[in-house]
Amino acid sequence: MRPPGRPLAILAAVVFGFLIVACLSASWVEAALGVDATEVDLLGRFAAPSRQHPLGTDDLGRDLLVRLLQGGQISILVGLSAAIIAATLGTALGLIAGYAGGRFDSFLMRLTDGVIALPLLALLIVLAAIDLTKLGVPDATANSPYMNLVRIVLITALFSWTTVARLVRAATLSLKSRDFVRAGIAMGAPPWRVMLVHILPNTISPILVATALAVGDVIKFESVLSFLGLGIRPPMPSWGNMLTNAQEMIWDAPQLALWPGILILVTVASCGLLADALNDWLDPRRRGARR
Amino acid sequence: MIRYLADRLLQSLVVLAVMSFVVYVLLCLMPGDPIDIMMSGDPKMTAADRARLAEDYGLDRPILERYGTWLKAAVSGDLGWSRTFRRPVLEILLPRLGNTILLMGAALGIALMVGLPLGIWAGSRAGGLADRVINLACFATAATPTFWLALLLMILFAVKLGWFPASGLAPRGAGFWESLRHLVLPVVTLAIVESGIYARHMRAAMIEALQHDYVRTARAKGATRVRVILVHALRNALLPVTTVTALGFGSLFSGALITETMFAWPGMGKLIFESIMSSDFNVALVALLFATLVTLLCNLAADLSYVALDPRISIGHGAAR
Repeated sequence: MRPPGRPLAILAAVVFGFLIVACLSASWVEAALGVDATEVDLLGRFAAPSRQHPLGTDDLGRDLLVRLLQGGQISILVGLSAAIIAATLGTALGLIAGYAGGRFDSFLMRLTDGVIALPLLALLIVLAAIDLTKLGVPDATANSPYMNLVRIVLITALFSWTTVARLVRAATLSLKSRDFVRAGIAMGAPPWRVMLVHILPNTISPILVATALAVGDVIKFESVLSFLGLGIRPPMPSWGNMLTNAQEMIWDAPQLALWPGILILVTVASCGLLADALNDWLDPRRRGARR
Repeated sequence: MIRYLADRLLQSLVVLAVMSFVVYVLLCLMPGDPIDIMMSGDPKMTAADRARLAEDYGLDRPILERYGTWLKAAVSGDLGWSRTFRRPVLEILLPRLGNTILLMGAALGIALMVGLPLGIWAGSRAGGLADRVINLACFATAATPTFWLALLLMILFAVKLGWFPASGLAPRGAGFWESLRHLVLPVVTLAIVESGIYARHMRAAMIEALQHDYVRTARAKGATRVRVILVHALRNALLPVTTVTALGFGSLFSGALITETMFAWPGMGKLIFESIMSSDFNVALVALLFATLVTLLCNLAADLSYVALDPRISIGHGAAR
């Protein structure tokens, strides 16, 4: 029997790939349309879709399509980089905890329990609102757009490493007692070598699955923080901060609320579907099995 | 049992204490020095006034000492004053707590009533059309940012159709129906998000439970399909779901924070967000810690419910994980 959900996973991969390519080509689209998405045109606010503005214009008369693509660059960049950082951190901690066991292991498990259980959004808001100058960062650096981006990547990564860590730890625990690992230890391989050469390559599937999930989670976190005015700051567009103004304008221009949200939904959903499919595909016991 | 409970309570208390310190330090790093805010309210103040104010409020002391002072006062029941409301923190917190409980309770109730049956239906016919549709819907709700869902519902039901008010609490003295109308959109927003989560967990637990031998035995003995699902499998499938419900309090609260902020629903979540934004640190600190405390207690409840419901697990044999 053909496994259900597979065509959906292919669709998800195609959609995700298409979104990335489309967002990366934002400047070409801008040039092809002959518009400038940074230029404010107060006479052309809320324009209906036309040949020049395929999706119309926003509250400042900027082209919505180009803004969406530019916003997508930022949102996806944040999602991918935070997920990669989180995966690296989670893998390292999970490997060490699973391999070493003992105190460090139980401490790490308590920590992941704790992070999962906390009222995350409230803490993210606090972290996003911190004034970096009070930590000794120079004013110019602290308020630069670049720092703004780095800060969002770091704080979303801080709350996304736990799933990877748990999965890698579990995999490490079961691999530790397998013969090839014990052979490696018996042949005198130092712990770092056993971990990196023998165990790590075999934990790659849970890492990939959890990373795919994390990309979606981070994009959602980024969008809500930016929506609240604590994430990516305008004029740099992100799908979240494009919705900030939309709430005030639901009576005048409800159409503005539509597109950024749809793109977030599609992106996050395709990450989830990809993770799901990867999970089945990478686990030979479940390959082709009915779920 | 008592010992286990005492252990876990102590653990939760330690976590809470650590959190209180972390949050205290983080709040000290917020933009907006309390003295600066006072200064901006009165242009005649001088640098000398500033130093005197800082001394009066103890803001010239090292952070550890300030935390110690706060902790001592808090333990003795003095949670401080709100800067923006000019009233004791507790007086502001309690009415909002009621509003949040109303919102979260209603949303959770609806989410369970919708999510669990959908999960059972999908899980008992895994791979079928209904399962695929429900599964896809779960993916969609999981991928939808809560604030955007709130925006959509607002646009559809408040702006286009005009059925429900877009925000706020019913005015004091409004009738029951008027109050209910104000509750609908926030509750529905939160319920949609949560029911997706419960349906997914229920589905997974159901699929798992249906693979057991006792299910096959029940079928072999001629039990009807409905009986096998609802009596034999469901009882076991509900175990993990109970735990997930208690563990999910943190995400429920995060959802409530956004929903309250979007719909101007005067609850704890909105209070936390606004107190952070308006540098009302006493309120932010207490509200955040309160949310953490409830989350920790829910986690404890999750573990206890697992022990209470599953006879295979007994305390003292690794029940605490």
